[in-house]
Amino acid sequence: MASDTIALGIADPDARPIGERLHDWVVTVDHKKLGILYILYSLFMLVIGGVEATIMRIQLIVPHNHFVSPQVFNRMFTMHGTTMIFFVAMPILFGFGTYLIPLMIGTRDMAFPRLNAFSFWMTAFGGLLLYFSFIGGNGLYGAGNAPDVGWFAYAPLTSRAFSPGHSTDFWTLALLVSGIGSIGTAVNFITTILCMRCPGMTLGKMPLLAWLNLVTGGLVILAVSPLTAAQIMLSIDRYLGGHFFDTQAGGAAVLWMHFFWIFGHPEVYVLIIPCFAFASEIIPVFSRKPIFGYPVMVGATVAIGFISMSVWAHHMFTVGMSSYGNAFFTATTMVIAVPTGIKIFNWIGTMWGGKIQFRAPMLFCIAFLFQFLIAGLTGIMLGASPFNWQLSNSYFVVAHFHYVIVGGILFTVFGAFYYWFPKMSGRMYNDALAKWHFWLFLIGFHLTFDFMHIPGMLGMPRRIYTYEPGRGWDIWNLIITIGVFFQIAGVLVFVGNLLWSLLKGEPAGNDPWDAWTLEWSTTSPPPDYNFAKIPVVESRRPLWDIKHPEDPDWKYE
Amino acid sequence: MKPSEQTRSLGRSIAGIAVLLAGFLLAATLCFGSSPNASQIPSIFKPQSTPADSIFRLSLLVLTITGLIFLIVFSLLAYTVTKYRRRDGDDGREPPQVYGSNQVELAWTVIPVLIVLVLFLATARVIHSIQDAPKPPGTIEVIAIGHQFWWEFRYPALGVVTANELHVPVSDSSNPSPTFITLLSADTDHSFWVPRLAGKTDLIPNRENHTWIDPHETGLYLGQCAQYCGTQHAKMLLRVYVDSREQFDRWVQNEKKPAVVSDEVGEGRRIFETTACLNCHAVSGTVADGHFGPDLTHLMSRTTIASGAAPNTPEQLKMWIQNPDSIKPGSLMPAMKLDEKDLDALTAYLVTLR
Repeated sequence: MASDTIALGIADPDARPIGERLHDWVVTVDHKKLGILYILYSLFMLVIGGVEATIMRIQLIVPHNHFVSPQVFNRMFTMHGTTMIFFVAMPILFGFGTYLIPLMIGTRDMAFPRLNAFSFWMTAFGGLLLYFSFIGGNGLYGAGNAPDVGWFAYAPLTSRAFSPGHSTDFWTLALLVSGIGSIGTAVNFITTILCMRCPGMTLGKMPLLAWLNLVTGGLVILAVSPLTAAQIMLSIDRYLGGHFFDTQAGGAAVLWMHFFWIFGHPEVYVLIIPCFAFASEIIPVFSRKPIFGYPVMVGATVAIGFISMSVWAHHMFTVGMSSYGNAFFTATTMVIAVPTGIKIFNWIGTMWGGKIQFRAPMLFCIAFLFQFLIAGLTGIMLGASPFNWQLSNSYFVVAHFHYVIVGGILFTVFGAFYYWFPKMSGRMYNDALAKWHFWLFLIGFHLTFDFMHIPGMLGMPRRIYTYEPGRGWDIWNLIITIGVFFQIAGVLVFVGNLLWSLLKGEPAGNDPWDAWTLEWSTTSPPPDYNFAKIPVVESRRPLWDIKHPEDPDWKYE
Repeated sequence: MKPSEQTRSLGRSIAGIAVLLAGFLLAATLCFGSSPNASQIPSIFKPQSTPADSIFRLSLLVLTITGLIFLIVFSLLAYTVTKYRRRDGDDGREPPQVYGSNQVELAWTVIPVLIVLVLFLATARVIHSIQDAPKPPGTIEVIAIGHQFWWEFRYPALGVVTANELHVPVSDSSNPSPTFITLLSADTDHSFWVPRLAGKTDLIPNRENHTWIDPHETGLYLGQCAQYCGTQHAKMLLRVYVDSREQFDRWVQNEKKPAVVSDEVGEGRRIFETTACLNCHAVSGTVADGHFGPDLTHLMSRTTIASGAAPNTPEQLKMWIQNPDSIKPGSLMPAMKLDEKDLDALTAYLVTLR
């Protein structure tokens, strides 16, 4: 029959000309393809952001270095921060969510497939706008090209008096446009998770990954909206004679800080909660036990979501709030440590009594646990506002949030990558290379970010393109920069492994990890429609129930 | 890879990293210990003033508690990961499936809540003691104004205006003379940070902030702008000279005087007053009354120029006037493009401003 032939053509995409296959990727509304697009886009941006970081670290390797000018250095840290947060961390996590949520809740696609595609392309367009500033940012005044206002772009540096030309406008537009994409994705996540679960999957039987992405979705809507509003207000200031943040005309610099950080702090949780989700899927499988305290994990996540909306001004302890304001935000900041601690204990509880397999995904998750513990403890130090008056805006704070973002987020993302790579590509990665990647990156990470705490405590502020010798900072900066090269080596091994495994990797099979969630019940890679027959589940671990009919989970939940 | 090999290579790698890190630490300590001017390190752990000292003592408490938590959780994690690894000759059976425990969950919720409560109360006390401190009668009042990329210091009660190098008297605990500083900004956000004297406080346009210090020992305390303020944020350095009471009074007497007028350098003064210099700089007792740049009335009483970026010598002054970018690229001081003769005359004039 004619329809059979067509179906066969789709089933074997490799047989078609390359142009047609690329066209497929551009027009696709399939959540799996969009998820992979998100991930590849983010990995590309990760390399760019990494190059920017390397340029900064080479400049700081010795005091009074002349590798780059102050202007270039200031653009580098602005672009590095903006790129890593908005065009690496967020899209890569959205990518995994987009790919995994429908598979894990047993459905065929997201609730709004076309909104899904729209969101991805908006995010991609945002990144393009940001990088177009290198070419187009000169504007009429010949001043500046890429933005140099810092990733949180404090007023009034962004006003026309201090930032002529268009570089700040490209920054504003990039965030505005990608923010629309983020909100689209969040709406899609929430709707999909609430409305499209397979029969039998009540909210209490969802995989934790779905639960945590549900909370993330809510946070994105609450957090990104004020940022978008602030970008519009900034554009009104710059082009329509507004004075929201224009201090020369009576505007309020502190207003911008509030707008930015009411986005900026929940944003940290927007990034880390999906990583908690990866850890909550990977650690049980490689410990061969179910997650310890599932309802508590869900409750702790929801608590983190709520509390995270009330901690933003701990980024502003030095702006001269009253002692009551400082005390309030100290309290909320410390309280959030409680549900976060509960999560760490539950992961330990999951491993306790298990049979831990040190496969690459698990190695990254174990490193994450150690590193996130340290990041949380330095977070408590920064939360004690008087201590913060010393540590804030110093290299200590840079070390702290890189511990969260690299030691916490990037490590779990690498773990997630190795865990789901066989599902996405149908091929197994090279295990030896994955371990090389892990150890090189681990050494580099610790050389760079452990030692970065020290110059901060010795009085070195962040965002300085050079520093004076004789202040006790030199040796630490040297070690920090040496660590960068280990990290670069690790990432090169990772990219090499990715390419080699895509072409030459062993076929992975449907369920290489002997795992328990629904994505492992379909083929690798899954067909366009995910499941030939929509699954019906009875517990949180449907594949466990199938593999152990004598001892199914639903008896105990 | 077999599980046994896995664990062995894991152990080897951990040992390797430990050796590497220890080596770096040793090297670092050696370099650090032999640093010739250790007193110039602006460490937050060497406080010399009450606010910095209260923070230091709070930090010891916080570091102790977080350190203990770290040790306990780290050991627990390390123990779990080693003890429950898959062993050689594993029978391939799944371990007992445990779903959770309410008692355990309750324990690891309540204990952190108690720790947080203790930390919060200790912190709140320090916040109050620093932020709501009363002003004793002997207080010196200073207004600090942040500019791109230098500091203006005004002592309204003493009639003194200076730049970049703050002079304050040492504060004796029996007869305290702390310095209360009002923080303002002329342009973008800045932050006043001298780690050994106090935590940082931002200088924000359209806003008045406050901080205070009461240094216990004379000497030079280094700091710098700690809030990104534009191109030359890095070289917006800050020097606080803590003088003995007599030194401070002498310094104030000198700063209050109008500029020295000397006919020998009349040519240099003419150049200063007929070029763009006077648009931005003031020299009291002369027509120069600009306010965008530092007051130069007693320029030579300062040890540095360009907000600490260069020593205050005639050669550096010349270089600064002729090509500020050679010292501080992106500073707002324009290159004056004088010929050699005028430059010499102008410098000769400036070095008389004591």
